[in-house]
Amino acid sequence: MPEMNLLEAIRQGLDEMMAADSRVFIFGEDVGKRGGVFRVTEGLYDKYGPMRVIDSPLAESVIVGACIGAAMNDTLPVAEIQFADFIAPAFNQIVQEAARIHYRSNGDWEVPLVIRAPYGGGIHGALYHSQSVEAFFAHVPGLKVVTPSTPYDAKGLLKSAIEDPNPVLFLEHKKTYRLIKGFVPEEDYRVPIGPADIKRPGEDLSVFAYGLMLHYCLEAAQTLAAEGVSVEVIDLRTLRPLDTDTILASVRRTGKALIVHEDNLFGGFGGEVAALIAEHAFEYLDGPVMRIGGPDVPAMPFAHSLEAAFMPSPASIAVAMRRLAAY
Amino acid sequence: MIDIKMPQLGESVTEGTVGRWLKQPGDPVAKYEPLLEVVTDKVDTEVPAPEAGILHEILVPEGETVRVGTVIARLTPAGSTVAAPAPAASPVAATVTASAAATVTAVVSAPPPADGRNTYLSPVVARLLAEHNLDPAQIRGSGQGGRITKQDVLRFLAERERQPSTPVPAAAPAPTPAVAPAATPAPTPAVAPAAAPAPTPAVAPAAAPAPTPAVAPVEIPADAELVPLTPMRRSIAEHMARSVRTAPHVTTVMEVDLSRVLAHRAAQQEAFNRQGVRLTLTPYFIVATVAGLQAVPVFNGSFTDQGIIIHRRINIGIAVALNEGLLVPVIPDADEKNLLGLARAVNDLAERARAKRLRPEETHGGTFTITNHGVTGSLFATPIINQPQAGILGIGAVVKRPVVVTQNGLDAIAIRPLCYLSFTFDHRIADGATADRFLATVKQRLEQWEG
Repeated sequence: MPEMNLLEAIRQGLDEMMAADSRVFIFGEDVGKRGGVFRVTEGLYDKYGPMRVIDSPLAESVIVGACIGAAMNDTLPVAEIQFADFIAPAFNQIVQEAARIHYRSNGDWEVPLVIRAPYGGGIHGALYHSQSVEAFFAHVPGLKVVTPSTPYDAKGLLKSAIEDPNPVLFLEHKKTYRLIKGFVPEEDYRVPIGPADIKRPGEDLSVFAYGLMLHYCLEAAQTLAAEGVSVEVIDLRTLRPLDTDTILASVRRTGKALIVHEDNLFGGFGGEVAALIAEHAFEYLDGPVMRIGGPDVPAMPFAHSLEAAFMPSPASIAVAMRRLAAY
Repeated sequence: MIDIKMPQLGESVTEGTVGRWLKQPGDPVAKYEPLLEVVTDKVDTEVPAPEAGILHEILVPEGETVRVGTVIARLTPAGSTVAAPAPAASPVAATVTASAAATVTAVVSAPPPADGRNTYLSPVVARLLAEHNLDPAQIRGSGQGGRITKQDVLRFLAERERQPSTPVPAAAPAPTPAVAPAATPAPTPAVAPAAAPAPTPAVAPAAAPAPTPAVAPVEIPADAELVPLTPMRRSIAEHMARSVRTAPHVTTVMEVDLSRVLAHRAAQQEAFNRQGVRLTLTPYFIVATVAGLQAVPVFNGSFTDQGIIIHRRINIGIAVALNEGLLVPVIPDADEKNLLGLARAVNDLAERARAKRLRPEETHGGTFTITNHGVTGSLFATPIINQPQAGILGIGAVVKRPVVVTQNGLDAIAIRPLCYLSFTFDHRIADGATADRFLATVKQRLEQWEG
């Protein structure tokens, strides 16, 4: 099994899907000749040509809107939004159209569309290249929201997303692109959209995270293990649909829950997980359900020191884990 | 050294049987490479290696059943240079963690306030105290401000269990002498041997060393043979007996005309085939059942002494017959799926149930069950409720029968595809008239099928 980083796993997933099915094509800003700003689509333009790896105008509404139309006409588009921060102009196309067409047509029409978008901070990207947008979209029924954190999951989930008959927003944490490496099997495989994954089993408290934060949580759990606290770390992997069974089973076992995300807390995804636990595992709780998230300030600052203060870190997560364990 | 533990394969699963070791001590293993097969009463599955390395030792032989969390093997991770022999390593590790744990507790748990301790009981602690009839004053709290934590209660229970100075007499040998020869994988004895934390019977006062009522050894006549119970058979037996004991079962039957459903299926079959989906009658029955449950939500519920729990989500279990028993995979949120989605889910779950490739969680969380006993020719049956659900719908065989139909005031005899629907419900939850209202809704949805 070759080891690769998360970016390479996504590229390989795209390549294999394009080779297997001529209906798959890529549409986005600079995805063609330049190979994408992060080089995710590098080499695909030369391999599949300008009709299947298409450079779009600088207009996200067009990227998603055109892909919806194409998806309804027997193609499998993979749209790329260069940075999740730029997705706002396509909000209407995603929320009002793509997410609703299957419902609106009483199941007659499907929109097999994947929208890839790099998100998240910690890379000195400042206000317009660091945002987390999952909470806006996880709210919308009809839209699937996927947030892989390992190369294996990223490739397997991407293939499932491309094969999914309805729209999937595929959020890739840009700091994990080259930072996170892992083994990816050579044979064809899928990771289904939906199930969460227990990345580290434990007994004393349950921690839920995704994307970069998942890795920070694993690091913090390692620290806590040396202190005698056994932390279970669960990678949600898919935010919508949410694997409520795995979340509840874990909390019912440990009695304590902590949710970690980089997005700011108020109205963030962690609130949904916390509400779920409070409603369905109340009698199993042995402590308050806790959340960690970015501060409620308008955006990620540019200065290194302020950016570091914004991002939850393995150290700040470990502090919360200790507090919850001692409660 | 990494401990490989018996995994928890689903929420309600407490133990697993080692089916087959795929690696032997000394074998190198890659990360995620299957180490062994585990058999539970619900699913068979492979346990992958958590890290790359070398399998150091196997602690639980094939055929043996152990509780979830039991260490079943040890793995030397790839990076570690010294493959220290197990016995030497473990005491050291134990000391280290123990002392580390001690320091942590010392640092964290603030001394209880002089005037008394934090008497707040968390929901789980309150529940455990009530369940075991305990007085919180008996238990020493180790949490913040002396709060009693869940761990404190569990520790207290474990200690109390150990105390009655007359321990369980080292469990009567093998329950069935006939199967003694070591070859046969001992059928997990129903008598819990000392290891299993028996469901604490409210501790018999130490005086009488109550001779554990050893399960009477089964007498096997000379001209008979004993077939050991598979985990699945044992689970079904336990569940069925418990269900009949728990809920007063009543079955009501209606006859349904499937002309429109069959016409719709004939018209749609090809379109479904083109999407790679085989269209059977089951999805139609699911749609009709969902309509019934929406009209009479009490049957999407569970009886408890505090009241009837009515589930908001409609998760339909579909009984799938296997050679060795029965599995009930669940279609979650069946009310949110259309016919195509249901057909796809039914095909997929049934196929994987037969291939024993269901994920454990896929047999959990059902709120209502459908059993299609008609496929084996049965006209109607009185199915047993899948606890803790409120009802189960049995589908009989579809048979063409002559019936009297009335058109424009004239009676005529016509040939119609008919089938019996038998609905077994928990009489604690509702009465016959309500049950018939549910069944009539199901029938009406099927008979008046439109697109």
